[in-house]
Amino acid sequence: MGMVVKSVTSFGRSGLSDWLVQRVSGVVLLAYFLVVGGYLVCEGSTMDYAQWSAFFASTFMRVFSTAAVLSVIAHAWIGLWAVSTDYLTERMMGGKGLVLRLAFQAASAVVLFTYLVWGIQILWS
Amino acid sequence: MNDKRPVNLDIGTIALPITAYTSIMHRVSGVFLVAGMAVLFWLLGTSLSGPEGFAQAKECLSSFWGKLIVWAVLVGISYHAAAGVKHLVMDAGIGESMEGGERGSKLVLLTTAVLVVLTGLWVW
Repeated sequence: MGMVVKSVTSFGRSGLSDWLVQRVSGVVLLAYFLVVGGYLVCEGSTMDYAQWSAFFASTFMRVFSTAAVLSVIAHAWIGLWAVSTDYLTERMMGGKGLVLRLAFQAASAVVLFTYLVWGIQILWS
Repeated sequence: MNDKRPVNLDIGTIALPITAYTSIMHRVSGVFLVAGMAVLFWLLGTSLSGPEGFAQAKECLSSFWGKLIVWAVLVGISYHAAAGVKHLVMDAGIGESMEGGERGSKLVLLTTAVLVVLTGLWVW
């Protein structure tokens, strides 16, 4: 990998690593939305608070939900990074390309870190 | 990021195939879902905060704007997931030709259309 140019702002500092993380996190999220969506389709009409909170209090759903939160963060960072490095560039935006890109990435990092703390707080407090 | 490099494919000046549009929509839906996640986090957090929060979340989901926003997020997830599954299929070496890519893009649009109707019926 000595000659490979790496970016310090990408998720895993390598395109191959980002590619894999994007797929694993995507599959985790697809599975999670199918499980929670399926549960809501089956039980949603008669759902009360006790049943809903018991569902998310189980160890399985706590771990699965935490994995989904972490997957959202990683998946969104890789996606937003790819979008920002394609469009917020000197070629597309002129001289302000670098500043715009780094500002967008910084804002993305703040939003996603907020989601991480928010998600952990919902699931584990 | 080197500006001196020549640009051989300026997508602003060429006619794009359907695969390009579904790819751009995958990106747009992804950026949209970053905002959409706030809606889902809020709904989950509020509904799990206690019986009152659960009632509040339920009330939100019974209002017109609540339904519309949640439906929009579900439509975004539907499209993004369908296009994501297409990526996995193509990673497996299936549908990598131009014809295969076009067929895949049409399947993604068809799947999304079905899910738009199903999630709409579910929400309303």
